[in-house]
Amino acid sequence: MGSGPREDFKNPVVNWIDERLPVFTLMQKEYGVFPTPKNFNYFWNFGAIAMVVLVTMIVTGIFLAMNYTAHEDMAFDSVERIMRDVNYGWLLRYIHMNGASMFFIAIYIHIYRGMYYGSYKKPRELLWILGVLILVLLMATAFMGYTLPWSQMSGWGATVITSLFSAIPLVGDSLLTWLWGGFSVDNPTLNRFYALHYLLPFVICAVVFLHIWALHVTGSNNPLGIEPKGPQDTLPFHPYYTMKDSFGICVFLVFFAFMVFFAPNYLNHADHYVPFDPLVTPQHIVPEWYFLPFYAILRAVTFDIGIPLTKIVFIEAKLGGVLAMFGSIALLGFMPWLDTSKVRSAKFRPMYKLALFGLVAAFVALGIAGAKPAEGLWLYVSQVSMAYYFAFFVVILPMLGKIEKTKPLPGSIHEAVTAKAK
Amino acid sequence: MKKQILTLAVVAVAGFGAFVAPVNAAGTAVELPKRDWSFDGALGTYDRNQLQRGFQVYKEVCAACHGLDRVFYRNLTALGYNEEQIKTIASEYSVVDGPDDEGEMFDRPARPSDRFVGPYPNIQAARSVNNGAYPPDLSLIAKSRAGGADYIAALLTGYEQAPADVEVMAGMHWNKYFNGHQIAMAAPLTDGQVSYADETPTTVDQMAQDVAAFLTWAAEPHMEVRKRMGVKVLIFLSIFAFIMYRVKRKIWRDVH
Amino acid sequence: MSETKATHSSSAHEPDSGSTRRDFLYLSAASMAAVGAGSVGWAFVDSMNPAQDTLAMASTEVDLAPIEIGQSITVMWRGKPVFIRHRTANEIETARTVDVSALRDPQQDSDRVKKDEWLILVGICTHLGCVPVGQKSGEPRGEYDGWFCPCHGSHYDSSGRIRKGPAPKNLAVPDYQFLTDTSVRIG
Repeated sequence: MGSGPREDFKNPVVNWIDERLPVFTLMQKEYGVFPTPKNFNYFWNFGAIAMVVLVTMIVTGIFLAMNYTAHEDMAFDSVERIMRDVNYGWLLRYIHMNGASMFFIAIYIHIYRGMYYGSYKKPRELLWILGVLILVLLMATAFMGYTLPWSQMSGWGATVITSLFSAIPLVGDSLLTWLWGGFSVDNPTLNRFYALHYLLPFVICAVVFLHIWALHVTGSNNPLGIEPKGPQDTLPFHPYYTMKDSFGICVFLVFFAFMVFFAPNYLNHADHYVPFDPLVTPQHIVPEWYFLPFYAILRAVTFDIGIPLTKIVFIEAKLGGVLAMFGSIALLGFMPWLDTSKVRSAKFRPMYKLALFGLVAAFVALGIAGAKPAEGLWLYVSQVSMAYYFAFFVVILPMLGKIEKTKPLPGSIHEAVTAKAK
Repeated sequence: MKKQILTLAVVAVAGFGAFVAPVNAAGTAVELPKRDWSFDGALGTYDRNQLQRGFQVYKEVCAACHGLDRVFYRNLTALGYNEEQIKTIASEYSVVDGPDDEGEMFDRPARPSDRFVGPYPNIQAARSVNNGAYPPDLSLIAKSRAGGADYIAALLTGYEQAPADVEVMAGMHWNKYFNGHQIAMAAPLTDGQVSYADETPTTVDQMAQDVAAFLTWAAEPHMEVRKRMGVKVLIFLSIFAFIMYRVKRKIWRDVH
Repeated sequence: MSETKATHSSSAHEPDSGSTRRDFLYLSAASMAAVGAGSVGWAFVDSMNPAQDTLAMASTEVDLAPIEIGQSITVMWRGKPVFIRHRTANEIETARTVDVSALRDPQQDSDRVKKDEWLILVGICTHLGCVPVGQKSGEPRGEYDGWFCPCHGSHYDSSGRIRKGPAPKNLAVPDYQFLTDTSVRIG
């Protein structure tokens, strides 16, 4: 890393350090002169934005942890003390609370960008898989963080989601008891969730590091989906993309700040301000918005899977729902191989573009259905959407590679950019 | 391409909005009458006089059954009371302290640093004198009920004769806005129940409005600071974003 | 280094007036970033200061009536021990007759008490923060009939002044007020 031939720096202190530990050479190589396609659009800001949100979450989280008490009798009170008595505690807490939503907004757009422009394809498969891993870790972290205020939503959310594991045949119930450290979501559960909620962000950091490392091996994809052919196609990362990213980050922060200061509880649920009562479940138990599509998939499987017209059941509905939910995330990791098309960017893939819009529509529909009671029309909506979601990955993607007639690709990035400028 | 990106952005935002809207809509069955509050909007603030009136209603009516455990007497400075007044208010209540040197618990007058003294020593005691129903602590009621202040005011004014076809259970009362309509709390307010120092007429509607405002403050005491800071932060970030846009434009001018 | 790069990429095409404007632009961007980071940073730093509830608990009231002459009690104030000694006439006398100018931390006994018989001190050795002994009868009170710090052997007199050992200062006197003749509020 950064070893090998290096040039001297003018600043003697910098140079002294760099001779012994070439961090400045590394930064210079990876973030200074790093050749980056010159045709990025603003979708390419969201990686940097997600990074900023990650740092924000870690820093606010550490300061919140200084005042938080992970005990069933004190957790809720300690959070309220942060909100009322700790200097700027309300600010830290509202940033952290809304930051989770901001993280998912940034990440979902980042993932969508990757899908639209084919960033997951060869040679960036591992980069993409690391991204999916970050998503999974992020979900786990968010879920455990939501438990910490020990509200009605915390306790019951934790109960419902951990109970998913009881669907696993044979070992399900023992596994659940092990997860809980007791016979219900209780003090031991809170303590271990707190420990893990503090740990996982640093694991995310590590995977993000690998994600970026992998990115800097292959180089970035770009809206045209064709590889840069030479220096005329690229720009040094600094100052071009450092400044463009900074601008994008500022705009995103305007939105973030608006939520924190003027609508801090807009994305929240009222029951999140009621202390956890293990004897009373709230009437409307809904996960946070960013989990709704997956929650809808979980509930959409209302049927046993077996041999029709017989009583033979292979997978009960409960297990089926759990498998479908985890499967829907795991499928993302297989995208590089499910997609057989040679062309990356949806710009040149009219059918893929349509299919992808369909996927977005299905995802949104699942999200809406996830917030409604799982019955009547909304159940059908989620079942149809779920069917499309899976069909997109398993059927449509492999098929498109064979039947789609793609548009002609430009000769080079430079060519396309100059042609557009005229 | 610009147009396409715009469409995608719109789709993303609409999708996000679509996710969120139903979450918040899911709470209430009956539409709540929307009232005007001084704390509405991005620049809204609390009306100190209204908070004092609401505090009086809480103290003289609600406090008979409902605690306000997360609020301290010292917090009343935010309502415009001075230190001496707060000491006097606090000293009307007694708290159990101790153990003293002999190991006995003892009563002493409350101090500004004490929490609001609740009507019951514990939840079991609360249930036993209220037919098994637990009058919830009101510290966070404005945030823990969909509709917030509107809901509180609506609930307090929502007592009606039950429809003919509904049988109200023993010990329950029919309320238009309560989830399920049957509520253990009897209509708590009657016209002229308290007398305001500022001569505001004490109709049920007025008292409900005032106490709802007071409870909103109790749930979100830093709202005014938050909004004031928010305005500054948004102005700052907008200027910063604008400058960064100019910087970006400058740097990118020669590309293409 | 990165700065030079920024200048490099565009300066070739810019007239001089433009470069001042651009410098101003960069300067304002950098200063805004600094101001923003600083303000946010302050919120984080301040969150580690004592919270409102901690500050509200920062005073303690003590009833002095049960303390006999010659007795001492220790009360908790802001998480620290406060020594209250009901001094004997003899102790007061000894404290008063000391040659103040010879002390390491010169202070008159009368400047350290509000009522002669009541000595109120923060019971934290000014050396490295241990709690001196000498409160209970039978404990060593050091060579000057006050307190003795067991950690590094500092001796305090019956006015709580440092007389011998490594401590640099006298035992601190907290802010307090007599509410009545027999009750005092510390803090």
